Amino acid sequence: MSTTTVSTTPKSARPLWRRLIGFNLLSAVILGIGGYYLGWWIGHLVSEGKSFEYTGATNENDAALLLAYFGGVIGFLIGLGFANYPVSRMLGRPASLREKEEEGIGRYFGLCTDHKVVGIQYLCGIGLFFFVGGLNAMLIRTELLQSNPTFVGPNQYLSLVGEHGTMMMGMMTSGILGPFANYFVPIMIGARRMAFPRIEALTFWLLMAAGFILTSTIFFGGFPTGWTGYEPLNDQAVMGMDSYICFFALVGLSMALLGLNMLATIITMRAPGLSWSRLPIFVWSVFATSVLMVLAAPMLVATLLMAALDRTIGTSFFIPGGGGSSYLFQNLFWFFGHPEVYILALPAFGIVLELLPVFTRKPLWGYRLAVSGMLGVSLLSFFVWQHHLFVSGINADLRPFYMLSTEIISVPTGFIFLCVMGTLWKARTSFSVPMLFCLGWAFNFLIGGLSGVFLSDTPSDTDTHGSFFVMAHFHYTIMGGLIFTFFAAIYYWVPKMVGLNFNEKLAKTHFWLMFVSFNSTFLPLFVLGMEGMPRRVSFYEPKFHALNVWVSVSAFVLGFSMLIFLFNTVYSLIFVRERAAQNPWRSKSLEWQVPTPVPVNNFEQIPVFDADPYDYGTPLAVGPAQPAGAGG
Amino acid sequence: MSSSGASAGAPPVGEPNHLRRFLTIWIVATLIALPLVIFVLGPELPPGHGSEQATGHVTDNTVLLAMGTPVLLLVTIYLLYAVFAFRQPRGGVLEGPAVRGHQGLQTAWIVITSTLVLSLAAYATVRLLGDEGAGSGSGPTPLTVPPGKKLPVQVIAQQWAFTYRYPTYGGVETTHLELPVDQMVELHVTSLDVIHSFWAYQLGVKADANPGVDNVAFVEPTKIQTFEVHCAELCGIWHGGMFDHGHVVSAADFETWIHQQQVTFAPATKALPKYSKTYLPEPTRRGE
Repeated sequence: MSTTTVSTTPKSARPLWRRLIGFNLLSAVILGIGGYYLGWWIGHLVSEGKSFEYTGATNENDAALLLAYFGGVIGFLIGLGFANYPVSRMLGRPASLREKEEEGIGRYFGLCTDHKVVGIQYLCGIGLFFFVGGLNAMLIRTELLQSNPTFVGPNQYLSLVGEHGTMMMGMMTSGILGPFANYFVPIMIGARRMAFPRIEALTFWLLMAAGFILTSTIFFGGFPTGWTGYEPLNDQAVMGMDSYICFFALVGLSMALLGLNMLATIITMRAPGLSWSRLPIFVWSVFATSVLMVLAAPMLVATLLMAALDRTIGTSFFIPGGGGSSYLFQNLFWFFGHPEVYILALPAFGIVLELLPVFTRKPLWGYRLAVSGMLGVSLLSFFVWQHHLFVSGINADLRPFYMLSTEIISVPTGFIFLCVMGTLWKARTSFSVPMLFCLGWAFNFLIGGLSGVFLSDTPSDTDTHGSFFVMAHFHYTIMGGLIFTFFAAIYYWVPKMVGLNFNEKLAKTHFWLMFVSFNSTFLPLFVLGMEGMPRRVSFYEPKFHALNVWVSVSAFVLGFSMLIFLFNTVYSLIFVRERAAQNPWRSKSLEWQVPTPVPVNNFEQIPVFDADPYDYGTPLAVGPAQPAGAGG
Repeated sequence: MSSSGASAGAPPVGEPNHLRRFLTIWIVATLIALPLVIFVLGPELPPGHGSEQATGHVTDNTVLLAMGTPVLLLVTIYLLYAVFAFRQPRGGVLEGPAVRGHQGLQTAWIVITSTLVLSLAAYATVRLLGDEGAGSGSGPTPLTVPPGKKLPVQVIAQQWAFTYRYPTYGGVETTHLELPVDQMVELHVTSLDVIHSFWAYQLGVKADANPGVDNVAFVEPTKIQTFEVHCAELCGIWHGGMFDHGHVVSAADFETWIHQQQVTFAPATKALPKYSKTYLPEPTRRGE
């Protein structure tokens, strides 16, 4: 590790006061605040005397807030040191990866280009906002304990709904690619770093800036639109809406860059011998996801830019009264939004298929089928977006096409299920915690997928669109799908990342409580939706009350299961600190063959591949079980 | 999943024939569950039989549930079977069979699932284009229009209420919806401000209300009853309160009611703008 250190004085050896000066999180926050007020001031300056329609009467200045956010983000990034490299290159200095030099805990709090540091930064940062989003959900369910809004009121309620949805959809998009792909893809493909290490760090810090911007919406009145941000309600909303716009635009930018970086890394930096047909299936899922990110996310940024222009300088892209169209926003939004939900689903497929062979002691069943399933989902997801608009009246004649494409996408998704089932057959399954979460995924995603069939069928969707049925459906696919595998990945890979074990009893308690309360929360919502309860309401008919109380109580238990996880994390990783074995799961994948903790440059020598990492099992198809060879 | 069974023929001594066991359990469970789903649960499925369209949706929901049940059982029973039958002994380090796939099974799976979803899509298309599927918002010029005489009713959504205009009754605008039974109704849904969605739950009707757009849906109520009207698209803070009851009444009662409305609202009708299929919001914005 120390051989790579070139710097004459290690930064960690300097006195504390000296370390606080320079490009670090402290300067970033200071410059961020400075940039924020600079933007705010410029915003007021440019709108002074102009007839910007909104400014005068309501004392609101959307232009100022958006410029303030913009200035804040720029200041924040400069403070972290993102401008140093471009500036030094412009001044003719040689290229370097200086940010990689520093060691110790400090590098987790600043710009670091080590993909392993960025992975852990992502895990902590996303975890933080995951809990913020989860708390919003708890407040939402508290409000729904009563059929009239008496707890936080209808305005706050909508803000909570919007913040919960936007936070989860925005942050958890990178929930697997951020922490786990950044950390493990280079190791799995035998590379020493990502293709663009600075961009890798940038995606993380953009996401953190975005998260705080979205949280700040409470200071500006929140936003009433939910995560979809439909126009013209968007245009009508108070300044809190600008936080949503800015948040999602930054997330879109971060997503596109993350995807681009992954694609470049996977395409160009594979070690010798690692042909496409030997690529770990998790890397394939990252590849498929990244294609979607690169193609879909820019659409979101463009759409939000148009929305921001509508709100600030009075254009009318989406304002029917001014010649625009409310359909345009829906159309553009879902052109991003539908690939987005597959961006959430695909990494989950990858995790499950990657972990299953390890815990079943069998090779991955149907590797090529799994890869074509993922690529098929990835491709088809660009042809289904108007199924969100089946009853909207837009292109009504095209509905048969969108029904067809939506139902066809279940064929490649079915491939994944076949591969899961094939791998489980006659396996030697051990039910470690990651495996439990993978099995949880299989059940949840099955329910999510089958309920999706009702939504893909226009006559049936007429009853369920905009109801709790939809809400239950996508929570089954996203929470039951993505979040379950997110935890599988945490329990599976964090021992490698930090070198410490989780307490297994607590982890198993977490799983069972989460699995049971998750189903107990969301299964009744299918019934509520079918019975006619619209989503995003804080008023509902008394006949829905009993079931809503049931759902709320289950949701609190679900929230409690997250606290068990949090407790386990603090207890095991901070207090007990039991050292993890180098390869506790006896995996044959490359990331488990490197030492723990992983050296800064991953490998002393770039490895050469001669097989895929699923070389498990006895070669006989059926035979007396034999003790495994050394797992590595 | 049958890869090992298919490649090795007879199972070794002491090992039960897992494939046959699993298939038996699945087939028995499906044979029990399917009639229950179709004949017991099916008729009770939402949204009930308030209109020709709602009845159509009940049928559709039953078909989808009947198609989904064997799949649900297949995967769930499979998972449970695999979890209980194929375990690593405690503390064991046994390896499973190194089987990497089964060409025939994979092909069969692709063919079967594709056939299933293509037939579902074909079924849904036929149903959508028929009268039963006409309850969903179909845009300003629907591809198929139910035959016969239709009663046009305009649904005007605004924050946070629906009003209804009856153009064939002098353009009178009422604050709640009443429809004659057994009469095909042509709903023209539009909005005055943001996006709403008109949802008459018991009638199986849902159509988004966009400003400046005429979104047509058809419904033929078949039962005299009170039905719920919700807004199904988030439209601001009182979205949940955008809720009302409508009534399906006999043709005679409807005539009486509408004439009463015409008299009551005569001054209002005079002051209303001329009947139009769409309305554009005034370009008023926040703070004005």
